Amino acid sequence: MENHNENLLIQRNQSVAFQSLAANLKDKGVIFADIQTALKEHSDLVQRYYMKDAVQIDEHKLTALHTALMNGGVFVYVPKNVQIEEPLQAIFWQEDPETATFNHVIVVAEANSSLTYVENYISNNKSEHAVANIVTEVIAHDNATINFGCVDNFAAGTTVYVNRRGVAYRDARIEWNLGQMNDGNTVSENITHLIGDNSSSYAKTVSVGRGNQSQNYTAKIVHFGKQSEGFILQHGVMRESATTIFNGIGKIEQGATKSNAEQESRVLMLSKDARGDANPILLIDEDDVVAGHAASVGRVDPIQLYYLMSRGISQKEAERLIIHGFLAPVVREIPIKAVRDQLSEVIEGKVY
Amino acid sequence: MVSSTLEIKDLHVDIEGEKILKGVNLTVKGGEFHAVMGPNGTGKSTLASAIMGHPKYEVTQGEVLLDGENVLEMEIDERAKAGLFLAMQYPSEVSGVTTSDFLRSSINAHREEGDEISLMKFIKEMDDAMDYLEMDKNMSQRYLNEGFSGGEKKRNEILQLMMLKPQIAILDEIDSGLDIDALKIVSKGINKLRNDSFGCLIITHYQRLLDYITPDKVHVMMQGRIVKTGGPELAKRLEAEGYDWVKEELGIEDEIAEQKA
Repeated sequence: MENHNENLLIQRNQSVAFQSLAANLKDKGVIFADIQTALKEHSDLVQRYYMKDAVQIDEHKLTALHTALMNGGVFVYVPKNVQIEEPLQAIFWQEDPETATFNHVIVVAEANSSLTYVENYISNNKSEHAVANIVTEVIAHDNATINFGCVDNFAAGTTVYVNRRGVAYRDARIEWNLGQMNDGNTVSENITHLIGDNSSSYAKTVSVGRGNQSQNYTAKIVHFGKQSEGFILQHGVMRESATTIFNGIGKIEQGATKSNAEQESRVLMLSKDARGDANPILLIDEDDVVAGHAASVGRVDPIQLYYLMSRGISQKEAERLIIHGFLAPVVREIPIKAVRDQLSEVIEGKVY
Repeated sequence: MVSSTLEIKDLHVDIEGEKILKGVNLTVKGGEFHAVMGPNGTGKSTLASAIMGHPKYEVTQGEVLLDGENVLEMEIDERAKAGLFLAMQYPSEVSGVTTSDFLRSSINAHREEGDEISLMKFIKEMDDAMDYLEMDKNMSQRYLNEGFSGGEKKRNEILQLMMLKPQIAILDEIDSGLDIDALKIVSKGINKLRNDSFGCLIITHYQRLLDYITPDKVHVMMQGRIVKTGGPELAKRLEAEGYDWVKEELGIEDEIAEQKA
């Protein structure tokens, strides 16, 4: 993988294989460390955020199991008023299928700060069975902006539970750019709590399912603050015998006046055995709000295929064009170039 | 260049159980322009779509040969690679795929792997063809046919025709919905391809297109068959007198093709 990023951490199985952070960021007090080191060197901060504001230990069995067996991850901390332009990137490589990945990631942006964080999960175990249980807590304090990107690329053998939770305080913004490209069975929750007034979140997901995998994605934004804005956008392509359920949930709590909850989910199925469901859900406990949803599930239009093929394009290539075209509206919306490029590459690999 | 021959022999086609074509015979040789005319509903567009392999049309009898090879046994993309092209009456819209990417994929599909057209050469050829068709260059970056006006879609079909340079082209009502200026531009594009090896089958129910593209032969279609063949003067007479005299001459009462199978 070509990488000129100075702010990079590579974790192989449970150990850190490479780590670097630009000197000017260190000077400003930015922390970008593996979770074990952070626990030793910044124990106050880790304790302040670990399973506190975002995810609770006793939420359910998987979060409890996670807490008991946590064995890796990173801690990212950006002090007040520090703006970081260059992305911080973490690569988690599950090389040994015997090991389980119980990663915990914490990203904290203090008031008026901003950062872009990108993570990649990779494994190669097509047949050997492995598990991953990942909890990620993303905290944006007043007026902070967090741009979160990921490309998950676990192989077919890994069964994944991934929980990415955001908390946004006053005027804060969390933007999610999730490339959910695992080949194995996956349960993914991406929930954002808009606590502060005028906070916002834009949660984007693209996914390509193939083989026999079954997946369940929940994207949820909960509005507590007044004038909070939440937008969920998910596009998924299902090939072969893949099955995926996309839940989109916009929840507006009482008192979150003038809030706006929007969502759009689109699923394209490429074979008769593929299945996709989109469940748009709006739960509104306040009167003075705006909310909307759009959802569609459909198969490839045979007339569209005919048109493309009538120019000499093979069926495979025509499907490739249609898939890229279908995911383009989300991929194009991703502001982090590295994630866009990686995603296009992974999509390409999954289409052929 | 060696020219190709398209032979349509005794072609019968059904759509959703309705018999539409009932024995069409027609041969188009390289260098020849043929026009197929006829009132609406007589099977003209069915002929075009069946030759290209539209999924809704079922060939029940007969064959279509391109230089002796049975086209009907080929996949749709193989038909195109063998040298056939259909300018469609209703081209599909494909979201997220730019016109330019689509064109480049199409051109490369006709070339060997490792011999793909260079980006510079492609852009130059596309720009030249777009200039010739007086098209807005921004169109190449718009999604394929998405939000295109009727006229833009037709020009886009001719753009593809000019860039793919097939042996035999079928133009399905390429003139419908075009104003006179657009019609002249589209005709100019088609005439540019005219040479000793390029064969063209023009499907239309207006004679006005034939004012700009002179056909070598004119065929009249009724009841799913070709009922009369003549030269360019036949089109002129149809324009002046309509189709009633043909029906009378041949003893046809209802020219519509559709009939319960």
